[in-house]
Amino acid sequence: MIRRIHMLGTNGKRAKSKSGPGMNSVTMRIYRSTEEGNKGRFDSFDIPIQRWTTVLDALLYIKAYKDSSIGIRYSCRMASCGSCGMKINGKPRLACYTNVLELDSSEISCEPMSNFPVLRDLVTDFSQFLNHHRNMKPYIINPEIDLRDNPQLSEFLQNPTDADKFLQFSYCIKCGLCYSACPTVATDTKFPGPQALAQAYRYSADTRDAGSRYGLTSIDSRHGLWRCHFSGSCSKVCPKGVDPALGIQLLRGNIMSITKRHKKIAELKQHTRNPQTD
Amino acid sequence: MIGARRKGLYSASNESRNNREGLKGWLDPTGYGWERISYWLQRLTGLFLLVYFVGHVYETSSLTGGIGSWNAMLKFTETTWGHLFLILVIGTSTYHSINGIRLIFTETGKGVGKPGRPEYPYDALSLNYRQKSGIWIALILAVVAMAYGFNVLFTGG
Repeated sequence: MIRRIHMLGTNGKRAKSKSGPGMNSVTMRIYRSTEEGNKGRFDSFDIPIQRWTTVLDALLYIKAYKDSSIGIRYSCRMASCGSCGMKINGKPRLACYTNVLELDSSEISCEPMSNFPVLRDLVTDFSQFLNHHRNMKPYIINPEIDLRDNPQLSEFLQNPTDADKFLQFSYCIKCGLCYSACPTVATDTKFPGPQALAQAYRYSADTRDAGSRYGLTSIDSRHGLWRCHFSGSCSKVCPKGVDPALGIQLLRGNIMSITKRHKKIAELKQHTRNPQTD
Repeated sequence: MIGARRKGLYSASNESRNNREGLKGWLDPTGYGWERISYWLQRLTGLFLLVYFVGHVYETSSLTGGIGSWNAMLKFTETTWGHLFLILVIGTSTYHSINGIRLIFTETGKGVGKPGRPEYPYDALSLNYRQKSGIWIALILAVVAMAYGFNVLFTGG
């Protein structure tokens, strides 16, 4: 499966084969921040590539053999942690999830993601992004249950149909690509962005959750949900199929009571703890 | 400083490194598909129609100056450039209204699909062919309306 993904590239399209002398190398242009502030520069490196080389592999090669001072952030190398988001050839992508050959270019530029403050080189500050996420109360709110100091084990009974209503949005890895691609975030600093708004829908659609988020200032205000104009760029760049634009439109329909917003709160089942197994 | 960052507050020096795309973020429609182009056109046509609306109010207000004043104002639109401007008005208003109708449905959660379990290669459900068809229909009708306007204004048809 892993081998197949490598061959297909990240868009499911077969990566273009480049053969012949000089074709198995690319020039990486990497943004380097300077101490003066917003005026960065690009450093170029020629590196060898293989059919399976990802942009992250290429950056790590440069760090190992060309210039160890390049600032990048990464962790899992398999599109699960969401750390290595950056603008690759002008578009927000995960470096670990982007095959170099798929870009079909002999020169690849890597820049920090737009709409995020730059910390150093390709590393950006997620504080503002995560603040927006936090403002949406991204957790189950249900007064029926208090998990703290509860002597009993509790579970909500939820069927697969109910789970399907929000599961897609819970796959968000908070990589920030949608936030970087959004043209509204680009001009409105108070707009929560696609990620946070999709998470608001994710919890609103969850039958275990009884807390209403529709009245939150960060959602139902001039700079909230109504600033989205459905350019769809967030969903286009999402590497996990979360489709934030879908969540935002459904949330908007719910707030206006045009789409069905009523949900039956899941039944709570409690079991007595077994000291032998707990 | 760290506390201020956590609260999302930035000093002037940090603001310069904020890296917001600003206006060029929405002025460039390339690279994100038809929906982004549609978003860009909707805004541009909206701004154009706003300018036209102001001009139109100014034009019709000349009626208060009598028939002579009104006829003098009409002469502006009876030139070749005036006709081209009106054809542009026809095209932009057609596109803006047809695409606007699509967006009224879309932005109330209609026609964007239902959430499900995403499968590789993770094509977004909301960017479906119903949406794309709406955009193409708006574009085609705008071109047809402009062609009709051209025919009426330039050939008297």
